[in-house]
This record gives sequence, structure tokens and C-alpha cells, in this order.
Amino acid sequence: MENEFLIQTEDLVKIYPMGDHSLVALDHVNLTFKKGEFAGLVGPSGSGKTTLLNIVGSLDTPTEGSALVLGEKVEHLSHKKSAELRNKHIGFIFQTFNLLPVYTVYENVEFPLLLLHMSPADRQKLVMDALEWVGLADRAKSKPSQLSGGQSQRVAIARAIVKKPEIVLADEPTANLDAENSHHILQTMERLNRTLQTTFVFSTHDQKVIQYLRRKITLLDGKVDKDELIDTKRN
Amino acid sequence: MIRFLLKGLIRDRSRSLFPVLTVLAGVMLTVVLYCWIQGITEDMIKSSANFETGHVKIMSQAYAAESDQIPNDLAFVGASELLKELNARFPHMIWTPRIKFGGLLDIPDEQGETRAQGPVMGLGVDLFSSQSREHSLLNLNNSVVRGRLPERPGEIVISDDFAGRLKIELGETATLISSTMYGGMAAHNFIVVGTIRFGIVALDRGSMIADISDVQYALDMEDASGEILGFFNDSFYYPGRAVDLTAAFNNRFQKSDDAFSPIMQTLSDQGGLGELLDLMDTFSGIVITIFVVVMSIVLWNAGLIGSMRRYGEIGVRLAIGERKSHLYRSMIAESLMIGCFGSILGTIVGLAISYYLQVKGLDISSMLRNASMMISDVMRARVTPTSLIIGFVPGLIATFLGTAISGIGIYKRQTSHLMKELEV
Ligand SMILES: Nc1ncnc2c1ncn2[C@@H]1O[C@H](COP(=O)(O)OP(=O)(O)O)[C@@H](O)[C@H]1O
Ligand SMILES: [Mg+2]
Repeated sequence: MENEFLIQTEDLVKIYPMGDHSLVALDHVNLTFKKGEFAGLVGPSGSGKTTLLNIVGSLDTPTEGSALVLGEKVEHLSHKKSAELRNKHIGFIFQTFNLLPVYTVYENVEFPLLLLHMSPADRQKLVMDALEWVGLADRAKSKPSQLSGGQSQRVAIARAIVKKPEIVLADEPTANLDAENSHHILQTMERLNRTLQTTFVFSTHDQKVIQYLRRKITLLDGKVDKDELIDTKRN
Repeated sequence: MIRFLLKGLIRDRSRSLFPVLTVLAGVMLTVVLYCWIQGITEDMIKSSANFETGHVKIMSQAYAAESDQIPNDLAFVGASELLKELNARFPHMIWTPRIKFGGLLDIPDEQGETRAQGPVMGLGVDLFSSQSREHSLLNLNNSVVRGRLPERPGEIVISDDFAGRLKIELGETATLISSTMYGGMAAHNFIVVGTIRFGIVALDRGSMIADISDVQYALDMEDASGEILGFFNDSFYYPGRAVDLTAAFNNRFQKSDDAFSPIMQTLSDQGGLGELLDLMDTFSGIVITIFVVVMSIVLWNAGLIGSMRRYGEIGVRLAIGERKSHLYRSMIAESLMIGCFGSILGTIVGLAISYYLQVKGLDISSMLRNASMMISDVMRARVTPTSLIIGFVPGLIATFLGTAISGIGIYKRQTSHLMKELEV
């Protein structure tokens, strides 16, 4: 890849028309992310974190500017191409876990691999590896309803990571979790980031989480307010 | 992927149960209604054929032209000769002569004065000869209510209702008053030896059945016969074969310059039966179309509700990188599985009900008090090979249409909107 950045936004603008006026959710955002980063978007509710993640994940398109993700301009991708980009290269983690309730933990994690047409043997190995990473191999046969919030979010992480994507985008992954589980989730993500060299970009306004960041990007009213590297010499 | 979908369907009953039940109900009703229409049609064909039209019927051309007035003065003479020739030429058919006649049945008291009297529809059939098939064609043995069938010349049976109205006892004499073939007055005494009920309303009001030779004697119709009926010997009506046979016969026997030369007509040529059969076909078509439309609408709505409930799932699957077209196709695949399953169950249940109706029948005689059509008073369904697939196709089409329409919503919605709905 000629570009050293996995993700690069250029003057990204997102405007939502609201009847007679319009709402600027992102205002000329210029950001770049390199391979292996562990970066957090912080900022108050409504500052544009989700909007930015959705555009980078090609779930949404910018009003102006461009977002280059793995060499693809997401604003120019067809439905088919953007699905392919997500399918092969991007893992998502949501605030509300969003596991498919009728399927077991194992099947939830397996689903992205079904879309990639992998052989059953390969799938089994990858799924068990991913569950191993998040420490839930013994719950493979459970249903999401039998899991705690922390466990559910770990399954969601396993689902995001199972295909070993270059990028994992997480939108407020700990917002619905208590302190202990939040720490556990962040530790899990950090470990995956180190061992697999996966780039993590996530949004949060959770103070507990911020101590884990190696890069902290503060959004305010759709603008990048601060972009700081943090020396992680915790403990 | 198919296994993945199947697991979802089996585990999430709200996803499968309601649609399956809808398809089941719709397919079941389609099958039952279809079988019922088939049953009625077949019943009408059968009673019409056996009592009235035959699968084919031979008359003199003059008689045929006015056949609804039963013009026995136009009956053809030399029936036995023609019968012989028919049996030789078309041995695979059953041929049987009949005379229909109208008249009055008069019941005298000891003094010979009229005690009771009523109009009668008479039928002279071959009751006595050994090769006669009339007993089975008219289902005579099973139709006797009281007494027995005629065994000797001069004996008749009459409708049981009619006997009740005339207050006639078995063994009493009844005088038939009618007209001879040559226009004179005919009066002939018969002994009533039994009463019958066919279960066909038009026939059960006032009929008498006598041996054809007695009728020929009474009405002065020496070797004459109003009609000769022909039946395919497995008792099923084959429209195509009947047409061919009729063409062959008429080609050979019909003479345009001789009004008394015989002419053959098929069952559907007679009495508007052909139109009736077409009507029944149209009717089945309409019934099935209505079911497809209604089921599609119900399933479409069910699909809309279902996919609303599943926005979360749809959003996640799109985020994971499933293509919209793939998602859409997987919903269609789901619906086809539901359609198959529901249709199979619906067909089984529908066939079971139809079979029950075929064996047991449904008594509708009270609804037919004044009917003059040849409708049996017990409605039966008829299970045919077509009834195996008749519900299946609409079942699949309806589920397919229902899902296809409701699933368009997936395309209409922006992916980011679907994602928005994920946020609580
Ligand atoms: N689909 C939408 N239509 C209109 N306004 C929206 C939509 N999505 C987000 N917004 C607005 O854009 C702004 C940024 O939203 P969001 O990116 O969700 O912020 P955050 O995730 O930081 O809380 C907010 O003011 C929000 O109300
Ligand atoms: Mg948000």
C-alpha cells in the first residue's frame, strides 16, 4: 500500500438537513490513523463521534470531503463494494452488543465467516480462537440471553475480530457496562491490538476508559478539538 | 448459509409459526375448496350421465331437436337392431335403451274411483335382461327404501316421497295415464312393489321406474326407444373420446335428409352441461387466485412486522458486511422454506379434510328443496392428483410475493438509518 495510513479523512463534512435549518455533525475533520493504533474519540454526546465512525466504516457517506479507508474512497463505493470492505477488513462493535438473539455464541461469531465462504474446518478454528481470546470458549453453546452484559460485549468483540480485520471500529463499547466489565473489555481490546496489530478506533465519553488510550482525539461540535498522543506508562 | 437460516427459523417461532400457520390455513382452504368443486363437478357429471345424458346419447334427429319436451312420438323405431349394431361396432362401450315419459299416476280405491293422483316422471329401463347394467348405473339396489325392485312384467317402483304423498301401500295398483306414441290416450295398470330414493332432489319428488318392455307396451312403442345411452365402461367421462366417438357415429349413421335417422350427442353437448363444466373450471381458477392475493397480503404484512422486529438483526448483518442483495435473498430463501413447509402441511390437512368429505359427504338436502338440477343431496369432495399440487403452488407464490414486497424496505432504507435504530 503506497499510503502509510489505513484511514485518512480530508475535510470531512456531514450535514443533516433539519427542515428549515441544517445540522453540522462533522465540520472539516482531518484525521489519519496508522496500522496498529489504539485511538479513542472522546467528546460529549452529540459531538459527532458516531457519525465519524459510521463514515469511516462506510455505513454512511460524507456530505463533503473524503474518507480514504484501506485505499478506497468510501464516498465513491457502491453498496456492493462497501459491503465487501466491511466484510473483509472492518470489524464493528456497538454500544448495545447487538448479538443475534436466536443464535448461539458460537454461531454469532461464525456469521462473518459464513459471508466469507470459508470451509467449515477453517471456520471452526477461527471461531474457537476468537472465543479463546475473549475468554469465552466455554460459553460457545450459550444463547446471548444467558450471558451478562460484559460477556455479551466480549462475544461482540470476538465477532468483530474473528476474521482478523485490519480495523475494528467500536462505538461506545463500554457505555452499557459497569466499571469492572469496562476495564475487562478495554484490557481485552488492548491485548488484541498488541498481538494481532489490529487498528482500534473507538468512541467513548467514559473516564475509566480514557486511561487505556494511546491516542486521544477530542471532538467538539463536529470539529477536532485536540489530538494528543498519550504515553502509556500505567501501573 | 441455508443451515444458518433454518436454525433461525426453527428457534425463533415468531419468525416461523405465524407465517407457517397462515400458509397452512390458506393452502388447506384452497385444497379443500378445490376438491369440493371437483367433487361437485364430478357428482353433477355422474348423476347427469347416469340418469339423464349418458356419456353419449343417441336419439332420432327430430327427437333431439325437441328433447326437453320428451317427444316420444319422434322416438326411433328399430331400437333392437341399432343396439345390436352398436354393441358390435363399439364393444368397449355400455349401451342401454331408455324411454322417458310424463303422465299421471292414478291410485284407484276398491270401487275403481280415483283415490289419489299425481303427475309422474317415468323412466323405462332394461330391468330384466341379464346383460343389463342399469342396476349399477342407476344405483337401484341401494336406492330401495321399502319393498323391492320389479322382478316381473307389470311391476314398478316409485319415489318414496311420492308414495307417501299418494298414501299408496306396496302391492296396490297404480294406473299410468299418458299418451301413446301415436297420440292416443294410454292407460295401463302397474303394481307398486317398492319405493326408492336416489338422493337426487329432482328425481325424488315424483318418479316411477318400470321395465322398458312394459313401457313400450303401455305406450304402444313396439321396438321403439326414445334414447340410447352410451357409457365408457370404467364409468369415467372422457370428453375427448366422447367427441371422437360422436363424430365417428354421426358420420356413419346421421342422414341429413332423414329426420328419424339417429344422431349422437356427448354429455357436454346436452342441457348446458358443457357451459356448466367451463364455469366450474373458471370458478376454481377464481378461488385459487383470491387465495393467492389474500395470502400474499397477509404474509406481506406479517413480513413487514417481522422485518421491523428484525431491524436490529438486519442492521448488524449489514454492518458485518452482508450485502443488501444477499440479505434480501436470504429472506426470500427463508420465506420459501416457510412456504414449502406450510404448503406441505396445508396440503396434508386439506387432503385429509377433503378425503373425509369424499367418504362421508355433507348433507345439503334441506338447501335443495325446490331444486330441479341434477344435484345429489350429499355434497362430496373429490381428491384428484391435481389436488396434491393445487395448494402448493399458491402457497409458495404467496409467501414469495409477501416477502419480496415487504423486503423491498431493506433497499429503501439507508444503511445508516438501520444502524441508528440499533442505538437504544
Ligand atoms: N440521522 C440523523 N439525522 C439528523 N441528525 C443526526 C442524525 N444522526 C446524527 N445526527 C445529529 O448529528 C450530531 C452528531 O451525532 P452523533 O454522531 O451521533 O454524536 P455522538 O455519537 O458524538 O453522540 C448530533 O447532534 C445528532 O443529533
Ligand atoms: Mg454516539
